[in-house]
Amino acid sequence: MSKRVVLEASHAVAEAVKMADVDLIAAYPITPQTHIPERLAEMVAEGDLDAAYVPVESEHSAMSAVLGAAAVGARSFTTTAGQGLELMHEALYIASSHRYPIVMAVCNRTLSAPINIWCDHSDVMACRDVGWIQVFCQNNQEAFDMTLWAFRVAEDPKVMFPTMVHLDGFILSHVTEPLVLPDPKDAAAFIPRYDYRLALRPETPTSHGCFGPPDIYFEVKYAQELALRESRSVIDQGWKELGEAFGRHYQAVETYKAEGATTLLVTMGSLGETAKMVVDAKRAKGEAVGHLNLRLWRPFPFADFRKAVKGVKTLVVVDRCLSFGGPGGPLVSELKSALFDLDDRPKVVSFVAGVGGREVDDAAFEYMIDRGQELAKTGTDCLYEPLQIRGLATGTGVRG
Amino acid sequence: MAMKGYKLPGEVPWNDLELGAIVTEPGSSVFKKTGDWRTERPVVDRAKCIKCGLCWLHCPDAAVTPLDNGYFEPDLFHCKGCGICAAICPKAAITMNEEVEK
Repeated sequence: MSKRVVLEASHAVAEAVKMADVDLIAAYPITPQTHIPERLAEMVAEGDLDAAYVPVESEHSAMSAVLGAAAVGARSFTTTAGQGLELMHEALYIASSHRYPIVMAVCNRTLSAPINIWCDHSDVMACRDVGWIQVFCQNNQEAFDMTLWAFRVAEDPKVMFPTMVHLDGFILSHVTEPLVLPDPKDAAAFIPRYDYRLALRPETPTSHGCFGPPDIYFEVKYAQELALRESRSVIDQGWKELGEAFGRHYQAVETYKAEGATTLLVTMGSLGETAKMVVDAKRAKGEAVGHLNLRLWRPFPFADFRKAVKGVKTLVVVDRCLSFGGPGGPLVSELKSALFDLDDRPKVVSFVAGVGGREVDDAAFEYMIDRGQELAKTGTDCLYEPLQIRGLATGTGVRG
Repeated sequence: MAMKGYKLPGEVPWNDLELGAIVTEPGSSVFKKTGDWRTERPVVDRAKCIKCGLCWLHCPDAAVTPLDNGYFEPDLFHCKGCGICAAICPKAAITMNEEVEK
């Protein structure tokens, strides 16, 4: 029987990992991810979860330990945030290159300096091109669902890619909400055990991490690139199966009140919840405004995105991260390149908000929608507008 | 050098590669020539060699082959020309000669 519970997102992730019956967890605690490994360590210590828990000395070691576990075919999980994700960085490529289906929850946190433990997407964006499947969550239910789904997709023989589940630090990780947990039997049926045919076993020796000189490296990388793009069919299949099993439906690109909308507000992660509230208020006033949530960050859903914004006049894009010296934010940069080749494309207006845990409230979204529509009409020579910078006049943009 | 049924990396098309480029043939590095970026080649003077085997022990790439007659011979298919064998030889029986393009 499924049951309705009240959990913070971190504990929801831990419940999903427990239902996935993982073989090994290696993690190093870092704010705001701490509650996930803490809860998992408790589960293992209390005998509720039959897994090896490796209390490693750093995030680099955490990733290295799960790499080793994945190499022998063990179902492995790790979790981190901010600085920890960056310390893992080089090992992230090893996971995707070797095609190890590791699942990792990232409680999105900004990067130092100055020291800041709060949410933004700087950590994710620095790991954008590491070759992992990456999805974002808007609430605690999604944090549970995406974690369970990540095992289903990552371990599919047609996929075999590590998968990151992004949940905003504190805003989700430490917030308690009601959610529905499935019957553990149904969860287990959703993610059947997999047999890794290339596992390190003495009777069938294999070498992982071999030399790849110039005469083969590009072929290896091309195969990896194509496989990541082709994982889309299983990504969608996973969400379809999740919908059928548990009644909650997800897509790579999700729209809200987008029908007939001339303006779409585009967000990733927990910003979507407040954004939808503001869309409701705007709709009540008769304004043709909708919301677009980008759930799947990698592989980027180009076709879905183009289809979702067809006929829309203005996109108001909110980045939760800066790209220093670049186009403003990594999200808007991606969306613009997805639209560039279209003859009939919406005007794109770019904002950067919620950096380093700064709150983005309903008034901020209302401002961005109104100001975005105004800028779409008048045009602007600015790359983006940073929101609510003390000492900076409202409406001041940053030029390239 | 070749091995039956084994393709060298430079011969494999992208869609024929194993998942994650994992190698399922143990010891296959024996068949991959890695001695082609050497700039200096070790040459052994057997008149000076006392068959002590220090070159064989110290070679970081297992590219010194012990022979049945007790001497040691550089394996030029894999030797990178680092010169450790020449430096370690107590009788200065190994000299490093510059590779010249023919």
